[in-house]
Amino acid sequence: MAESTIKWVETDKRPLNLRRKLRVGELVIQGLLFFSGFFSIFTTIGIVYELGKEALLFFQMPEFNLIGTIASVEWKPHVGKFGIWPLVTATMMTTVIAMAIAIPLGMGVAIYLSEYASPKVRSILKPVLEVLAGIPTIVYGYFALMFMTPLLRSVFGNEVVQIYNTASAGLVMGILILPLITSMTEDALSAVPRSLREAAYGMGATKLEAALQVVVPAALSGIAAAIIIGISRAIGETMIVAVAAGAGPNFTFNPFEGAETITGHIVRISGGDLAYDSVDYNSIFALGLLLFFITLTLNIISQRIVRRFWEVYE
Amino acid sequence: MTQPIPQNGTSKFVLEARSLGIYYGNFRAVIGVHLPVERNKITAIIGPSGCGKSTLLRAFNRMNELFAGTRIEGEINFEGQNLYDPSVDPVEVRYRIGMVFQKPNPFPKSIYENIAWGARIHGFKGNMDDLVESCLRQSALWDEVKDKLKQSGLALSGGQQQRLCIARALAVQPEVILMDEPASALDPIATLKIEELMQELKKNYTIVIVTHNMQQAARASDYTAMMMINDERAGTVIEFDETNRIFTNPKDKRTEDYVTGRFG
Repeated sequence: MAESTIKWVETDKRPLNLRRKLRVGELVIQGLLFFSGFFSIFTTIGIVYELGKEALLFFQMPEFNLIGTIASVEWKPHVGKFGIWPLVTATMMTTVIAMAIAIPLGMGVAIYLSEYASPKVRSILKPVLEVLAGIPTIVYGYFALMFMTPLLRSVFGNEVVQIYNTASAGLVMGILILPLITSMTEDALSAVPRSLREAAYGMGATKLEAALQVVVPAALSGIAAAIIIGISRAIGETMIVAVAAGAGPNFTFNPFEGAETITGHIVRISGGDLAYDSVDYNSIFALGLLLFFITLTLNIISQRIVRRFWEVYE
Repeated sequence: MTQPIPQNGTSKFVLEARSLGIYYGNFRAVIGVHLPVERNKITAIIGPSGCGKSTLLRAFNRMNELFAGTRIEGEINFEGQNLYDPSVDPVEVRYRIGMVFQKPNPFPKSIYENIAWGARIHGFKGNMDDLVESCLRQSALWDEVKDKLKQSGLALSGGQQQRLCIARALAVQPEVILMDEPASALDPIATLKIEELMQELKKNYTIVIVTHNMQQAARASDYTAMMMINDERAGTVIEFDETNRIFTNPKDKRTEDYVTGRFG
């Protein structure tokens, strides 16, 4: 062993004192952080309270009855018809059409980005997707009305496709949701450890075999969460359907007919000059509450799934 | 300093690295390696950290280029063909030359599926149950898992997971199995099991193992390659010989210092 050349440096040390010290900076920051957390909780409580209160007014109205809500397919609150189905089916149709676009495309893009794309391609594609996510939804709405609808009409014929229709709104909504699904799916795929890919390649798997049969199944819960978040986004999406899907409840399963979704209906009613305390006015809070519960349920499910997903590799 | 190029043309060598250099971009990780790998023997690669052992091992089944983007000089002959010839398909190479990794990495699938998957992607048409049992028996895991084949491979202990990974590698029936410090994450008992298993496996397979554990190399291998960073700051094989000679009568002073623990 050579002679040590390490120089010993003397440091000034406080005298020994193990008593608790008051650290003001720490306390202030802790307080601020607690407040930020509490603020979001408070907001949520406030929204639920307000929605519930106004919805209760509707439920207490003499005109309202639950049987009529579930058993009827006509939504005309001002004449006492509360069949919720036309609004629900329209919401379901736009959602299904949107997801039919967003899920396959989003998965494809995510798998491409995470497993195939070179760093250069990724550095171009990802910002483009983020731009797509940043476009205001009202722009998407007019894109549906001015571009997608004429396109559908020229393909399927003017007599088949109405000017306002759920197909056009749904398709454009799919494009809107695509970046969301892509980025969540890509996160899930990237979280799969490289060692699993190596294991697959080490057995002579091709890229496609490794991606589809090892990486995707390993990321399945994350992907499921992405899909559920996408669905709840589609259900809650407002502007596109308000502009392009149609004004007026219409109980139909024909995507080329106009129909009004729950959100579209709320927008139209609240945008008109309705008297406070009228049946129509109060009904939109009940609809809002319904929407809130649907998306809340979906978000809770997705959180459960994501939690399971993180446990696998820890 | 490199050893002389070994004799060519003898079929007892399954794999043979010749004048092999491996680059990460401009960084020269490994240079001038000549290394023959004899059939049905265990060849150990030892050496200090960062000397390029794993890089060399991963060159044998073209694993390096997947994530690290390495460049190769020289050649590696496998059954007389250069693995790095432009006409060679790396997927096919990895099918013939399997790998077991440092950290056990079973797929998050059932024990059964972990093994069946590799066979299936290569179009195995026989009886899958028999194949799974055979691979698990070869890796000395059958008795421990035969009643829970449907359970997740991740539910096993570390040592069992590593034997599952070996069984998984066997399922595609490779000719060579590369092992990258397969026991470094395991306790001594699990380590011993892996070493015993290697002795069993070499009857049917050729094994190349990288290890930090010199006792392991001494106990388990037939040949040993000693790697070290040379004067040009690149890793190279400084001595290759039968294992007992490396450990009892090495020619190179640096090998002697290393294997006797007097290195540095």
